[in-house]
Amino acid sequence: MSRYFTQDHEWIDVDSDSATVGITTYAQEQLGDIVFAEVPAVGTTLTKGGDAAVVESVKAASDVYAPVSGTVTEGNDALGDDPALVNSDPEGAGWFFKLTLSDPAELDGLMDEAAYKAFVAGL
Amino acid sequence: MSDEAEITEIETLPLDAWHRAKSARMVEFAGYHMPIQYEGIIAEHLWTRESAGLFDVSHMGQLMLSGEGAAAALEALVPGEIAALGEERMRYSLLLGEDGGILDDLMITTTPMGIYIVVNGAVKWEDIGYLRENLPDDITLNHMEDRALLALQGPKAVDALKRVVPGVDALYFMEAGSFLWGHTPLWISRSGYTGEDGFEISVPAEEVEALATALCGQAEVKPIGLGARDSLRLEAGLPLYGHDLDPAIDPVEGDLTFAINKRRREQGGFAGAERILGALANGAAKKRVGLKIDGKMPAREGALIFDGATQIGVLTSGGFAPSLGFPIAMGYVTRNFTAPGTSVEIEVRGKRIAATVSPTPFIPNRYHRKGKTA
Repeated sequence: MSRYFTQDHEWIDVDSDSATVGITTYAQEQLGDIVFAEVPAVGTTLTKGGDAAVVESVKAASDVYAPVSGTVTEGNDALGDDPALVNSDPEGAGWFFKLTLSDPAELDGLMDEAAYKAFVAGL
Repeated sequence: MSDEAEITEIETLPLDAWHRAKSARMVEFAGYHMPIQYEGIIAEHLWTRESAGLFDVSHMGQLMLSGEGAAAALEALVPGEIAALGEERMRYSLLLGEDGGILDDLMITTTPMGIYIVVNGAVKWEDIGYLRENLPDDITLNHMEDRALLALQGPKAVDALKRVVPGVDALYFMEAGSFLWGHTPLWISRSGYTGEDGFEISVPAEEVEALATALCGQAEVKPIGLGARDSLRLEAGLPLYGHDLDPAIDPVEGDLTFAINKRRREQGGFAGAERILGALANGAAKKRVGLKIDGKMPAREGALIFDGATQIGVLTSGGFAPSLGFPIAMGYVTRNFTAPGTSVEIEVRGKRIAATVSPTPFIPNRYHRKGKTA
C-alpha cells in the first residue's frame, strides 16, 4: 500500500485500484477544533481536484478535494457523531471516504511522504 | 508622493510578546495582531464557563469625557439615561447616527474623573471623530491610549482576582471602582461579554504584562483568544458590532430597546429619536433574533433565512456552540417570524436546514447581581 499527498493537504492510501482519503496532521492543526464533517454518499462520482467533502472548524468551513478521480465506495460515518476524530487521528480513524480509482495514472502527479514533508516545511 | 495605495500597518498590542510566548496563534483584528487561540477554541471556551479566562481586549478604545454638562451632552448621541446614572455605575448603550442607526455599541461608566466610555476597537477612530464633532467644545474627550484593557471572566474569576486585588469581590454586576494593585491604579468593573460573572480591568499599558502574568499565575486562570470570545458571546446572545449591528440598524430592529431608558422614551432628545420612537410605538419591520439549528452543520453569517420559497431574513452571526453541543445563530427576520418557537429554514451550501427562533441568551446568564443568593 502506498500513501500520497496533495498540495491541499489531503492524503490518499492506495491499494491496487481502491483508496482511502483523509486530511493530514498539518491540515487539522491549521483548521483547529473540527466541529462538523460531511462525507460524500456511496456511488458519488468524484473528479480529481473537485469538491469531495466538507470539514468545518469553529471559525470556518473548508473543502476537502478529491486527490484523484473515481467513485465513492464508503464514507466514514464515525465523523458524523465525532468530528473531533479528524483532530485526534487525522491519518487513521479520521479518514473521510474510500473510493475506486477510475484513472490510476493520476497518482503520478501526487507527492510522496518526503516530498510532502518538504512542501509543508516551505510553507 | 507615491502612486501606490497606502498600506495600513497592523499594530501590536502591549501584550503582543506575551501572547506569542504563550504560543498564541495570531490573526489581524481591528487593525491589531491579536491572539485567536492558545490551546484551542473549544477548550478555552469551556474553561471560561467552568473556571476563569483572561482576555486581552486592549484593542478597544478607552475614552474619558470631562467638563460641565458632559452627561447631558452625551445624551444627545445615546438613548440611555446618563445624567442620573449613579456614581461608579455602568450602562450598556448605543452611539446613534442622525438617522437613528447604530454607529457602535459601548459601555458608559460614571467615574469621579468623568464619563468613561469603552468602544469597539474596529470603529474606535470613527467613534472618536463623531464624538469630537458632535460634543460641545467645552467638553474634553481624552482617548486614553496609554491604558490597556483585560477581561477576566468565569465563575472563578472573583476568587482569582480578589487574591491579586483584594476588595473586588465587593462589586456587584455593572458596578465599578478604583483599586490599587501595589502602586498601580486600576479601574475595575464587574462586567463582561460572556454571560458569566467577571471583571474588566483598565490598567496602565506599562503594567499590563505584570498584571496578566499575575492573573495567569492563579490556578483558576488561563489565557483565552478571540475565537472563544466570539463563541462565548454568541451563546450569551450578545451582538457583535459590525456583524449583528451596523449603521443601517436602529435599536428597535436590533432588539436593544432596553437601552432606551424610560425618561429618554418620554423626552427624546437623542439622534434619530423620531425614527426610533416611531419604531418603538409601531414595531419594526424586521428584528434580530436567536436561532437554534437542527442537526450538526453550522450556519454562518450571510446565510439566507427562508419560509418556504420566501426569503425572510439573513444570518448575521452563527457557529457551533461548545457549551450546548449544537449550532446556533443570530440574524434578522421579518416581523411575522420573530416569535420564539417559529420554524424557519436556513440555506447552507445549497441545502435547506431546519432552524427554530430561540430566546436569548442561549445559556442562562450568571451575573453577580444584588439580591441574588450564591
